[in-house]
This record gives sequence, structure tokens and C-alpha cells, in this order.
Amino acid sequence: MTLTTEAPAQETPDAGGIPSFQVTLRLRRFNPESDTEARWEDHTLTMHGTDRVLDALHKIKWEYDGSLTFRRSCAHGICGSDAMRINGRNRLACKTLLKDLPLDKPISVEPIKGLAVLKDLVVDMEPFYEAYKSIMPFLVTSGNDPSRERRQSPEERERFDDTTKCILCAACTTSCPVYWSDGQYFGPQAIVGAHRFIFDSRDEGSEERLEILNDREGVWRCRTTFNCTDACPRGIEVTKAIQEVKQALLFRRV
Amino acid sequence: MYKTTSNAHTLTGDGMAIAYRRGVPLEDMEFFQFHPTGLAGLGILLSEAARGEGAILRNSDGERFMERYAPTLKDLAPRDVVARAMANEVREGRGSGPNKDYVLLDLTHLEPAHIDAKLPDITEFARTYLGIEPYTEPVPVFPTAHYAMGGIPTTVETEVLADNERVLPGMYAAGEVACVSVHGANRLGTNSLLDINVFGRRAGIAAAAFAAKAPWVELPESPEAETVAMLEGMRDRQDGERVADIRRALQETMDANAQVFRSEATLKQALADIAGLRERYGRASVQDKGKRFNTDLLEGIELGFLLDLAEAIVTGALERKESRGGHFREDYQNRDDVNYMRHTMAYRTESSEGSAGVRLDFKPVVITRYQPMERKF
Repeated sequence: MTLTTEAPAQETPDAGGIPSFQVTLRLRRFNPESDTEARWEDHTLTMHGTDRVLDALHKIKWEYDGSLTFRRSCAHGICGSDAMRINGRNRLACKTLLKDLPLDKPISVEPIKGLAVLKDLVVDMEPFYEAYKSIMPFLVTSGNDPSRERRQSPEERERFDDTTKCILCAACTTSCPVYWSDGQYFGPQAIVGAHRFIFDSRDEGSEERLEILNDREGVWRCRTTFNCTDACPRGIEVTKAIQEVKQALLFRRV
Repeated sequence: MYKTTSNAHTLTGDGMAIAYRRGVPLEDMEFFQFHPTGLAGLGILLSEAARGEGAILRNSDGERFMERYAPTLKDLAPRDVVARAMANEVREGRGSGPNKDYVLLDLTHLEPAHIDAKLPDITEFARTYLGIEPYTEPVPVFPTAHYAMGGIPTTVETEVLADNERVLPGMYAAGEVACVSVHGANRLGTNSLLDINVFGRRAGIAAAAFAAKAPWVELPESPEAETVAMLEGMRDRQDGERVADIRRALQETMDANAQVFRSEATLKQALADIAGLRERYGRASVQDKGKRFNTDLLEGIELGFLLDLAEAIVTGALERKESRGGHFREDYQNRDDVNYMRHTMAYRTESSEGSAGVRLDFKPVVITRYQPMERKF
């Protein structure tokens, strides 16, 4: 189906000197109450300057078709709600500027892969969260409550700084071919989440976490395709973090 | 509720509005904080840390204008002072950019390595969203709606108050939804985190203790009926106006009339606009008629909450004929401790025809260790 939605005369002045432009979004849509399978739908819009993919989705939802369904919240790459597959790559809609994509052909927007689609761009995140919960994503300590802070040197903090940046958007996990083909694999994000605590000098749960990841469905399923590292909107070196966990398992040293 | 905001799309004050509709008052709603440094046009927050590390606000003449407004603290004056100074520069024609509608946050004199180490998100936001390189170019900024100091009144033990004194047994509130009033009329940076750490913990412990000894209460007949009727009423209405259009109009009037500068005229305008929008809302409809993951309907319900809260904010702001903390009246620029050293308590009223309104009551301010003094910067 092609819906050409003619935008009204331009109201917003061009931002940052970048002129307004025409863009076609090719959306993967699925309504569980009426569709038997997903379908493509095109929308052609006039967008401005530094508009993002999320702005285009909002324009469609708020001006043309209220039934278009997607998750979003903070709209600046912190909450991790709007990971989607844009032109075949996992990205956050709120961090992907339209002007940075090739505009001469339609921009495809699909739900992230490997999780069941609930409606349009919304997937069931529960299996993803289950994997995360299983690696105990919290500080494990023993003994009495301390009477002062648990101190850490800047170097000790730096050791796991990269993996603290994770926003649980699932862009990495749902870009992983092993995850697509094997629903049991923990996936890159859960390993990143474990890394953040395994290499934290204050934590005492590393042994248990490593044992969990030593499982058949744990780190050894990783085939180092680097899809996860490419997909991460926070720039985390995901594959490297997974390798560090593998090494910690081999040498039992963190 | 505001057009320029640092708040997420999903933050629509549902918790406050639900309590408000059940008869719980909302305390001090007119105190709303505008953070000085939102990315211009987008509202995305650039942390205070930027100015903490030495960034300077400049107008179109390149002038460090905060020296005029707060000679001692300059760029590090309280958020309300800086936000008003920025808005004033723009309205007096000293804004930057093609529309002269923002000021500039200048980090160019800081070492790039220092910026990277201390302010990583700030540089990333400027680069991603505005294509600005903060090492060499100043960043366009403008005040952005940030935090509601007001909310559901509670005791320091997080028990919700049904009026100035009466505790509602078994109901607890903590965080931005609540007004313990630790933030007074103007929250200090980072204190929202202390707020949720302290009072979130208290609320959790208190709620568990209450639940352990509270007697079982039978549910009334069809307790869900009212909510189901609200949802279905909105979903099944045909051919009404779009929710998004009404929401945009609400945001525009709140930005224009109830932001960092307020006056009797602007607040009356906002109140009239809200009344008109509420009427339109009564006829609004959603396009998504489905029962699964219906975000169109969700946004419709949220707009109803936003309208209620906007009305409470504006009503409180209109009544408070003084300037205090985050609330600034151009027609009453000084603090008036004789008449207004008191909290507002907004109660939702409903007329016999079903149209909503606000009844304001007041609660005295309890002064403990610190005597209030005039602010000097």
C-alpha cells in the first residue's frame, strides 16, 4: 500500500541551514487484530533540517495515522525504548538523523529481529529481560552493611566503564545471528550486563555470574561476528566485553 | 505539557492526575523548574556540569550577560535566575541564531580532553542533534521545562495527605509525583536523586509494614467499571479531533503564558485556552480502535491528565501574586512573605454539568532550623 501524505506548506524554518526535503519511509506494519502477516506501507513526508527518524514516525502518527505503534520515551538516546531496524541496521530512531541516510530511496523501518512482534514496531522484550535478570544485574556483597562508602580507585572504576553505558535497548542482542537462530542464547546484552559487575572491584558475585555464563547457552555461543559492536548506539565495545568474559572463564581471573 | 521540555514523552503526570481525580489535593503546583541549558529547539538537557566546569553563557554580542544579572555567582546562579536571564536576553533582541531565539553556551576555551573526560554526553548531544562541534563552536541553548516541585502532598514518612493534616491510610508517594516539600519552590541540582533515595526507601518500607498488618478490604462491585468506561468512551468516539492537535495547542499556550515569565494577563490567557482545549478534548477521538498495544488511546488518556495538571499549575500561579523560586510574576516581582509564605493546595472540583475546575486552599509553611532570607547573588 502506498499512502502519499502531502505535507502542509512549510511552517518551520530550516534548522541549521539544512533545507527541508522529501523522504519516503517504508514501514513494516503488523496489526495482530486484523493482519495474518506483516506488510509494508510507504509514507512520503516533508521533513526539516536535523529531524530524526523518530520525528518522522511522530509526524505520521500525529498527523496521518494514529494507529502506527512504536515505543519511545526520552527521545535522546538515554532510555533505550526506540531501537528499530532502520535500513537493515539496528539503531535508535531518536539518534538517527534523516539527513544522514540516503534520501533518494525509501528508508525501511522494521521491528528489531529475534523477538516476537506484538504490533507494528513493538516487540515482546520479556525474553530479553529474562536473560538480563539471569546474570544477576546487581551488586553482590557479603557481610554487614558498611559504615561508609565502598571505595574504588579511578583505575578500578575505569576497568568496567565501557559496559556501564548500556541502556538495555536490545540493539546488540537482536543484531546477533546466533540469537536469531537460537532462542536459548543469553545474547550480547546479558553478557555486557554481567561484565559490568564481574569487573567491578566492589562486587563479590563474579564466580556465580561466570558459572552462569559458562553454560551451554552462555558466552561460548558467541561467534565474534561484531554485529553487536556495530549495532550499539552507545558505542560500547560489546564483542570485546564478551571476549574478556571468555578469558576470565578460561583463566579464572578478573 | 510544555513544548520545550527535557522530560520524556512518557512523562505525563499520570500519578498526580489519578490521585487528583480521586480527591487528593496537589500541593505547590505553580512551582515548576525550567532548566537553563536545554538544546535550543529540542529541549534536550545539557547538564549543569558544563557551567560547573567553566562553560560561559553568551548573547549575540558575545557578552557574558550573567555578569549583569548575578555579579557574584554569574553563570552558576540558581536555575531560575539563569533561565530568566537567558529568556530576557532573547526578548530584548540579544538572542543568537537566524531567529534570535536562543543564547550560546561557550565551551571553546576548555581543553578538548577535559571536555571529553568530564562532559561526554554534552558533546555527544550537541554533535548528534545540532551538528555542532563544542570544542570549537558555542552550543545554542534555551530554558527547558524540567521538574515539578509540586505534587501529591505527603508527610516526611511519605504518607499521602488528604488535606492539610489528614493522612490517607495505606497510600504512599515518593519522587517527582510527591511533594514532601523538601525542594521548596525551587529544587537544587541532583536533589531529585536524594529525594527518591530517601523517600523511595521510606515509602517502600512503610507500604510493606502497612500491608503486613492491614485488614483485608472487600472490593466494591465492579471496581474497574469507571476506568473501562473512560477507556471505551475515548476509543469508541467517532470522527473527533486529533489528540495530538489539542496537545500541541496546550504545549504552545503553556510555553507562551506559564513559563519563566508569568503575569496576570498571560495566566488568564492560559486558563482560558485550557478551558477551550478541555471542551475540544471532550469531543476528541483516536484512530486506533484496537485493544492491543493501543498507544493512540494511551496518548488520548494522558492528554486528559495533562489538561488537569496544567489547570492546577496555572490556577496556583495566578493566585500567587508574588515571585518565589521557580515561579516569577512580572507584575509582582518580589517575594511577599507576609501574604504568600504558604503552600497552595489545589483540589479538583466538578460542577453538576460535569465540567472540571480547581478550588485552591492554603497550608502554612513550617519553619524549622533555617529562617528564610532574601536571596542575593
